[in-house]
Amino acid sequence: MLNHSIPEENQLDSNELALLIRKHTVLMTHRGKSSHIGSVLSMADIVAVLFRNILRKFPNDPCWPERDRFILSKGHAGAGIYAALAETGYFSIDLLEQHCRRGSKFCGHISHIGIPGVELSTGSLGHGLPVGAGMAYAGKLDNKFFRVFVLISDGECDEGSNWEAILFAAHHRLSNLIAIVDYNKIQSLASVEETLRLEPFAEKWRAFGWNVAEVDGHDHDALGICLDVTSVAGKAPTCIIAHTTKGKGVSFMENSVLWHYRSPQGEEFDAAMAELEITRDCESKMAD
Amino acid sequence: MRDAFVRVLTEIARADKNVMLLTGDLGFGVLTKFAEELPRQYLNVGVAEQNMTGVATGLALEGKTVFTYSIGNFPTLRCLEQIRNDVCYHNANVKIVSIGGGFCYGALGISHHATEDLAIMRALPNLTVVAPGDLTETALATKAIYATPGPCYLRLGRGGEPNVHLDHPAYAIGKGIPLFTEGDVALLSIGGILDNAIKARTILELQGIRTCVYSMHSLQPLDIDLIKCVSLSSKLIATIEEHSIVGGLGGAVAEVLAELSSPRPPLVRIGLTAGFSCVVGDQEYLREVYGLSPDAIANRVQDAMRRMHIS
Repeated sequence: MLNHSIPEENQLDSNELALLIRKHTVLMTHRGKSSHIGSVLSMADIVAVLFRNILRKFPNDPCWPERDRFILSKGHAGAGIYAALAETGYFSIDLLEQHCRRGSKFCGHISHIGIPGVELSTGSLGHGLPVGAGMAYAGKLDNKFFRVFVLISDGECDEGSNWEAILFAAHHRLSNLIAIVDYNKIQSLASVEETLRLEPFAEKWRAFGWNVAEVDGHDHDALGICLDVTSVAGKAPTCIIAHTTKGKGVSFMENSVLWHYRSPQGEEFDAAMAELEITRDCESKMAD
Repeated sequence: MRDAFVRVLTEIARADKNVMLLTGDLGFGVLTKFAEELPRQYLNVGVAEQNMTGVATGLALEGKTVFTYSIGNFPTLRCLEQIRNDVCYHNANVKIVSIGGGFCYGALGISHHATEDLAIMRALPNLTVVAPGDLTETALATKAIYATPGPCYLRLGRGGEPNVHLDHPAYAIGKGIPLFTEGDVALLSIGGILDNAIKARTILELQGIRTCVYSMHSLQPLDIDLIKCVSLSSKLIATIEEHSIVGGLGGAVAEVLAELSSPRPPLVRIGLTAGFSCVVGDQEYLREVYGLSPDAIANRVQDAMRRMHIS
């Protein structure tokens, strides 16, 4: 077995990692002229807490059989996972420059091919939770202790395949499965409320037989407590509804439908970077 | 075919505890024995094919060899994108099994007519597509797809099919099986219609038309060498399938013939022309209605020969 330990002084704390995810992805969507920066900014804190404090996985052994599985089902926010993987040592940070560019394998929707640490390729919504349920079922069957975390979007909950998996996971008591909903309340064209109402959302998951916790999706301490689901011997899967702000961290992108698709260019790019610079000085750790 | 598949799969699963069988709540009475004997390897996911295919992918990515089982278009078209993105893109070791190819469930209506599945499955990258011609081929195909890592689609009949092969033919995915090899006309057949192809050959032989028959059980990969070989030795090639003539065996053979640089014989695609069936009935009846009875196949061949002045 490989030595999985990483020197503590080389590790970022989750706040630093979240800021780096935001900065990298503003740059990546700017250079790649790509969409979905709002979706990445929305989940950046969740991803940072997961990668820094929760997931038992190691960059020097990405296929370690006992690792916690992490699936980004809202694959359009793949840039944020590429950034998190690079910043936690899975591959060189320089590679992020290739995102969405000609000839690149770093496509706009997350892909596993040639990218260590990506568990599942997604992009069409409603695919991650069924696959995660299958992994969790296998883990139970083989008496493994890994957990399966699946990050889904709120708009994604329109997809019926999710509800098939939600029934399945509860029926089979997949307590090693944790679904996290990035509930920013804005989907592709309009708000969730205007498009297809999810409320009463927590009650729906509970009625389907899941443990449900609601949390401020930008509060790292609260996220850390909620996400640290340790029991794989329990009787129900867990849903964490993370209340978030789409575009979080860049004032003019917050709570805006526009930034689901818009790519930051020109003055908007400069302004976004400036906001992230002054939020906290992480310049020394940026390898840009 | 269904029983032959389940029998062989049960033998495989007994020996390999990593083999799992998932059903979308179908297989009444057929899967009971498997479920009772191997409960840890059996999972009825409910009437939820998208989830079945996603769960199968997750299990396969964790090292299982997973068979998904349902009927007609349910394990294929209903969850097509899960097959494409989850199973095929991840090269997951998932074997999709559909019972009731063609008009097996003829009386149940168009929802249960699996008549475009081969064309659609054939277009997916990384997916092996096989449709055995009889019970012997079904047993051999089940073993073969188990032994072939990666995504496979196995299209079967339902039950009551005759056994065509009298012995155990050499079987390999990607290789057609010759049944009769001497003749001016070549019948290339895929799936359970093989029996009618052989009966059509008997009719043609009685008319003095020497006819070969090949079981093209493997649609992807296709036996291109066999098609090239047959194109050199035949005056007419006819493909026979209980499936649309668009994109199935007829389409696949046409693609090969069209790109040959050598002279090639004409092709007749015998199968279903575009459109939904406007009537129902049992399989034999619908085969007659849509020109797939032995007589109708033989007539199509003879008509084509007359039209093209082939003697």
